[in-house]
Amino acid sequence: MIQSKRNSLFVAAAALGVALSGTPAVAQWEPQRTVEIIVPAGTGGGADQMARAIQGIVAKHNLMKQSMIVVNKAGGAGSEGFLDVKGSAGNPHKLIITLSNLFTTPLGTNQPFNWKDLTPVAMLALDEFVLWVNAEKPYKTVKEYLEAAKKGGFKMAGTGSRQEDQIITAAIEKAAGVKFTYVPYRGGGEVAVQLVGNHADSTVNNPIEAVAHWRGGKLRPLCVFDGKPLAYNDKIAGDLAWSSIPTCKSQGLDVEYLMLRGFFMTPDATPDQVKFYVDLFQKVRATQEWKDLMNNGAFNTTFMTGKEYVEWVSREHTRHLNLMKEAGFLAAN
Amino acid sequence: MAEFANLFHGFATVLAFQDVNIFGTTMYLPFNVFIMVVGIVLGVIIGVLPGLGGANGVAILLPLTFSMQPTSAVILLSCIYWGALFGGAITSILFNIPGEPWSVATTFDGYPMAQQGKAGEALTAAFTSSFIGAFFAVIMITLLAPMVAAFALRFGAAEKFAVYFLAFASFVGLSKEPPFKTLAAMLIGFALATFGTDHMTGSLRLTFGSNLLLPGFDFLIAVIGLFGIGEILLTMEEGLKFKGKDAKINLRVVLQTWAKLPQYWWTYLRSCIIGCWMGITPAGATPASFMSYGIAKRVSKNGKNFGNGEIEGVIAPETAAHAAGKSALLPMLALGVPGSPTAAVLLGGLLIWNLQPGPMLFVENKEFVWGLIASMYLGNVVGLIIVLTCVPLLAAILRIPFGIIAPIILMFCAVGAYTVRNSFFDVIMMLAFGILGYLLKKTNYPLAPLVLAMVLGDRAEEAFRQALVGSGGNLGVFFSNALVSSIMALGFIALFWSVISAGISRVRGTNTATAG
Amino acid sequence: MSGDGNAADQGPAHRTVEIGMAIAMGLFAILVIYGAWIAGVGWGFEGPKAGFFPFIIGVILLGATAINLRNGLQTSDTKVFAEWSQLKQVWAVTWPIAVFIALVPYIGIYVASVLLIAFFMMWISSYGPVRFAIIAISVPLITFLVFERWFLVALPKGPLEAMLGY
Repeated sequence: MIQSKRNSLFVAAAALGVALSGTPAVAQWEPQRTVEIIVPAGTGGGADQMARAIQGIVAKHNLMKQSMIVVNKAGGAGSEGFLDVKGSAGNPHKLIITLSNLFTTPLGTNQPFNWKDLTPVAMLALDEFVLWVNAEKPYKTVKEYLEAAKKGGFKMAGTGSRQEDQIITAAIEKAAGVKFTYVPYRGGGEVAVQLVGNHADSTVNNPIEAVAHWRGGKLRPLCVFDGKPLAYNDKIAGDLAWSSIPTCKSQGLDVEYLMLRGFFMTPDATPDQVKFYVDLFQKVRATQEWKDLMNNGAFNTTFMTGKEYVEWVSREHTRHLNLMKEAGFLAAN
Repeated sequence: MAEFANLFHGFATVLAFQDVNIFGTTMYLPFNVFIMVVGIVLGVIIGVLPGLGGANGVAILLPLTFSMQPTSAVILLSCIYWGALFGGAITSILFNIPGEPWSVATTFDGYPMAQQGKAGEALTAAFTSSFIGAFFAVIMITLLAPMVAAFALRFGAAEKFAVYFLAFASFVGLSKEPPFKTLAAMLIGFALATFGTDHMTGSLRLTFGSNLLLPGFDFLIAVIGLFGIGEILLTMEEGLKFKGKDAKINLRVVLQTWAKLPQYWWTYLRSCIIGCWMGITPAGATPASFMSYGIAKRVSKNGKNFGNGEIEGVIAPETAAHAAGKSALLPMLALGVPGSPTAAVLLGGLLIWNLQPGPMLFVENKEFVWGLIASMYLGNVVGLIIVLTCVPLLAAILRIPFGIIAPIILMFCAVGAYTVRNSFFDVIMMLAFGILGYLLKKTNYPLAPLVLAMVLGDRAEEAFRQALVGSGGNLGVFFSNALVSSIMALGFIALFWSVISAGISRVRGTNTATAG
Repeated sequence: MSGDGNAADQGPAHRTVEIGMAIAMGLFAILVIYGAWIAGVGWGFEGPKAGFFPFIIGVILLGATAINLRNGLQTSDTKVFAEWSQLKQVWAVTWPIAVFIALVPYIGIYVASVLLIAFFMMWISSYGPVRFAIIAISVPLITFLVFERWFLVALPKGPLEAMLGY
């Protein structure tokens, strides 16, 4: 790294200069107050990182006159955040970034909310999942791995309980006729290290959570749970790139799973208001910082809005309902 | 040694002069040093405000650093963290309100010292101990990073449970209060920790159908209420003023305190080791501070006087908390596992700047890693100078009349309680915990076991159950290898130490456990 | 700790409060046991269920409070918990905090803080109105600037802030 000559924005100046409101709005709707992004998860997780990255990008490029703040409401597997947005009908200054708990929490805990309670804005990206094993292990393909797993006693470490990682695990069990012992941990980084330390036999970590250990030669990716291989061709570990990882389906393991990184608004948001935020996110997507973020995390960069987005969410909801029903993860009553 | 060459290169990075554009004027300064000072000052402010902890503070300021280059940004954020570590002790000592979870143990002796008019000494001891703990941890990171990272990898769920067990066992059996009251207080802490979502099964427990109880009870809310509000209620009962108004408020107190500190070298060394170990495993700064306090109380010849304003009771937890706080960065950098909530947020920052924590970071981003480590050394020194200069100023706060300072403290407690989780219900709970704290204190129930149980309870339960899920329900997993067995054995020794030593002293005819 | 006067009319007996605390803790223990029972207290294939630990904790807590209750009942201690005048002081600070908290959702934390500080200063200290107005307004104002403008942390705000565009 070479020292940059221009540190033009000095921190206090940045801090002081954020909230400068100015020229009156033209015809379109615009936020009149600070916009809150609710994160239904704790600080430091994937959704939180993305929300704060967007906050930083919006502030740096002056994409919005009002400032943006990030508020974590993680309680009750995220239901605190969703219930807050659901209860703020008519407040156009509140958005929520979703992770899969938009589907899993109401199904798994009977919390009274549903994606239909919220106004869909846009899908910004989809988070990928990869099947990882320790590089010391002999199995190099999904087939060899599943044969070993069929002998029983395999431990799958994952993030959270009855959430995406455990749902994928249940889907693998069903597709391949194996049985795992699922061990839940709090964060993806911790999960990856459990695998490196041989305290677990496999994980379904997101690319960003495990990439460092892949590069370090500690972990081996077996397949990606997407319909097509990842689009990133940069060499990551030796000659391998993200695009070198085959899809699970092509390896005989018919499981696909992608996690939504999208935004929703409060109930009763008007089309004008939704349009403003859709345009805002389009501008965010055009920045170099966003592209770097997508590249680092090997995200699937599908962007959806409107009807297409609603249909996608609706389909995912049904899929989660079925997967969770089969796995016995639905709330008791 | 390659480490030293790298480190010197790191110092060069941090101290490099560059053109900096401040408010339109271009100046030639060591920008990173400047950033460091800003970071420490912001951090101390964040640390002083209860509730707005290091993790929240760093998360809040993270987006503001996007326009900086990664090294400067991480220096800023890590200095906020160091500052918060320093700042947490201030309100603990002055008002019995821990600004951060890891400064709870600092209140046990720090606050009595302040009441005796020794606020300046307590603050100096706390800051100096923080510095020494942190410095020890940084040296360890410099020299042993790869080895330590390999050690951290050996900690699975069973090992983690063993560490929590040891931390807990080192602390219990310490209070002067009646044993069954201690037990009851401890169990209330454990019980409070179980409310809300069960992380293992994702199901809800003890919420009784109420959304308010969904997130469970936060440790910080309980601490702000039990200690902070509870103390204000007690002060009101005793007559409207804070004691310790006659605290010395000149800088000489710093030197006088320093002269006393070298005799506690063994406490320092022990606390540093405890702290580093707890930071790496990673169990965190809060258990480290309690464990260090507990062990110091047992082995010190002034052990009986702990809780009445013993300077060693400030040194032990502060040293360990800082050693843990700094060494928590090592697993983050080397493995990508955050050793503390703040480290978790910093991790997010690294990812945003295209820096991938993990084994390759030390190889591929040498300049960044060693710049950060160099900034730990320098930031620590800068931080110590800043906070020590403030000692007289801080001690003078106690001279502000109660009628002015009390409502301001109450306001900050409420603001702090709200910012922990953005929940209004937490503010109400803060008051409820305050009244509970007042009643418990008046009826001789010790608060320390309660808060320790609350902070360790859910994490210990989680590790216990993770280990059991992995072993198919076999309890033998806690003795399945040399590492976990020896930690468990140490834990049992620590647990029964009080029984053993009580037995010995009873034989000798000296009764140590008297009701307070 | 508390006064060692033995006249019962000076304040509530320490013994009474002890017994009250033990009973309250016992009730809490029963609540925990009940909640744990709903969550499931078994030891499944995957180790203990969600309610297993809370259940054990509740049971031991119930036992410990029973002993504390017995000790409380047996004691012949006649000291008072606190004098009525002292309790009055405690009450005098408790209700303003309660009112302050109750006001926060309606008028926001900043305005409520102004009122709280002003109230305390008028009541406890004897400063002129100018001096306490300066402190009562400046402290929440600085807090407002630090949180809302610099740190971008949203605290509860009321109609006044809304009028100013926050």
